[in-house]
Amino acid sequence: MSDKPKGSTETLTPAETSSPRRRPSAKELAWEKDTLQPTLEKSSERPSDFTTTSGHPIRRLYTDADLPNWDPQSDLGLPGVPPYTRGIHPTMYRARLWTMRQFAGFGTAEDTNARFRYLLSQGQTGLSTAFDLPTLMGYDSNHPLSEGEVGKCGVAISSLADMEVLFDQIPLANVTTSMTINSPAAVIWAMYLAVAEKQGADWKKISGTLQNDILKEYIAQKEYIYPPEPSMRLVIDTFEFGVKNTPKFNTISISGYHIREAGSTAIQELAFTLRDGLEYVEWGMRRGLDVDQFVPQLSFFFNAHNDFFEEIAKYRAARRIWHKAIVERYKSKNPRSWALRFHTQTAGCSLTAQQPYNNVVRTAIQALAAVMGGTQSLHTNSLDEAWALPTEFAATIALRTQQIIAHETGVTNTVDPLGGSYFVETLTNEVERGAWDYIERIDAMGGMVAAIERGYPQREIAEASYRYQMAVDKKEKIIVGVNGFVSEEKPLETLQIDETVAHRQAARLSKLRAERSQAEVDRRLTSLRNAAKGKENLMPFIFDAVKSYATLGEICDAMRDVFGTYEEVAIT
Amino acid sequence: MPEKKIRVLIAKPGLDGHDRGAKVIARALRDAGMEVIYTGLRQTPEMIASAAVQEDVDVIGLSILSGAHNTICPQLMNLLREKGMTDVTVLVGGIIPEADISGLKKSGIAEIFLPGTSTQDIVDFIHKRVSHA
Repeated sequence: MSDKPKGSTETLTPAETSSPRRRPSAKELAWEKDTLQPTLEKSSERPSDFTTTSGHPIRRLYTDADLPNWDPQSDLGLPGVPPYTRGIHPTMYRARLWTMRQFAGFGTAEDTNARFRYLLSQGQTGLSTAFDLPTLMGYDSNHPLSEGEVGKCGVAISSLADMEVLFDQIPLANVTTSMTINSPAAVIWAMYLAVAEKQGADWKKISGTLQNDILKEYIAQKEYIYPPEPSMRLVIDTFEFGVKNTPKFNTISISGYHIREAGSTAIQELAFTLRDGLEYVEWGMRRGLDVDQFVPQLSFFFNAHNDFFEEIAKYRAARRIWHKAIVERYKSKNPRSWALRFHTQTAGCSLTAQQPYNNVVRTAIQALAAVMGGTQSLHTNSLDEAWALPTEFAATIALRTQQIIAHETGVTNTVDPLGGSYFVETLTNEVERGAWDYIERIDAMGGMVAAIERGYPQREIAEASYRYQMAVDKKEKIIVGVNGFVSEEKPLETLQIDETVAHRQAARLSKLRAERSQAEVDRRLTSLRNAAKGKENLMPFIFDAVKSYATLGEICDAMRDVFGTYEEVAIT
Repeated sequence: MPEKKIRVLIAKPGLDGHDRGAKVIARALRDAGMEVIYTGLRQTPEMIASAAVQEDVDVIGLSILSGAHNTICPQLMNLLREKGMTDVTVLVGGIIPEADISGLKKSGIAEIFLPGTSTQDIVDFIHKRVSHA
């Protein structure tokens, strides 16, 4: 063996010492000696640390020696049955493609309704609503803090009247809708259910997804209103209401997406998201709900970042961890509680403002990873989103990207095409182990709410995000067009949201206030305030307030009066 | 005698909670030897201007990803002028459409840093700007 290192990495990594558990075959050892070593002596490998986007080390070659205790029957299994490594359906995309669900929302309800109807006409198969920041924070469009933000990051919804316009001529009995709303999720959901009721749609049959994941707001996205305790109560209220009234609706989408966007690693995204999921299960059980009644209505939402195999391993590990945790920790008996169903969105944070057309390529590869990982629905980002909300042109290419993967690449012909790959199975094991370590650490802290209160996940993410930025600044990680292969280019045409949106919204709110019965609104808000002081499920009170055309801001204020608001201690 | 440290206020105005960029910049500037004060989330232009005066900063870095920049930036610049803080360097980082950049610069923003900017470029810009002032 030569003792002179050649590349920047260990040039001669003996198979038997690189991992203490590795037992390479005689054939592999002979290959190392007779084939690999002479090759490395002649020409060293590239000066790279060979790590994933998250910094996870990757070996030169994976063989059966990397899976010493791996049992294809129990660790991999078959699709549609535990541990679900290969997917949650026996036929996967041979039966039904994933739902192509493009997140959209801007301007007024009329503007977004038109975009929705355009997307449906182009072959999109489900809707996904982006709300503006005032809506996400529970403020009406005419609140002083809403200035400059109305209709900018999504659609402005201040009352049931806006929601009626948003879904005008869209049959909620047939179209499934996802709503990205968290702190005021119960209120927006009540508005949605009221529209469905007016359309004559049967609540027992309608389907869709409410994001409703407050824990990841404290951890990552920071759009919270109330402190954790009353926020969790509202979430469990929606679970309870959903079990009784809307059995096909996903009452939550437990989201790693935002955790990853905030700069976490893939393992952190997986671990914090699943631990959030377990936290919701525990709070639901504490309410007295039956695990096997409400858990089937919980869904997940993951990011699809640049590192192809790391992402695929993450989705596969997610299913395996969830199954194990639900069965072992909560004694679930219903297979519908065991199968982790998830939506995926390609990584917004991976998009570059430089050479924006390259984003089409990045998004395509990320989307392919989500499909190879067995996603149930998918959003692909548009090429111009490092600049602004997408134009119709850019949003159409993003949808076409999914259609190309579905109909042209052939990856949908077979279930879990990468199953059994030495590399993919090893990485799945490693990602799973890394996630369990975090989950157990958070268990030891007393659960996720306790961990959040001491800033643990927030600090872990901030560290990872800084490490990544430093790696990019030092060009240890190359981002094409940003720190490598840089070139000059022409500016893009972007979508402009004009300030008249705010004026139109303000006018609509004045009209609403003039036309509704103020006495009725006051009565409903007083009932809600009183109920909030007690322990009752608040959904029926919120629903009544919504139907009286009380505004989002008024309803959230009624609860602010009782619950107070939350301020975080910023960690930098 | 050691040089006086450059003082920077990193602020997150508006309702948006996406603070990854603000935190990375705060830490990078601190690692580059600057004194950094981070305001935390959801600061109004009034709160930012008051904090800038109180902390007597040389630089204000605003992180805006929400599209509210055309409202927030001119308001802040007016408030700073009213408070007599005419020598402070105001920087913006975030999602800013190309078409808005010249208007923001006219309102007095010294520089706009878009996604993909290296932290070293921002450190260098501040050093050049503040030592020349």
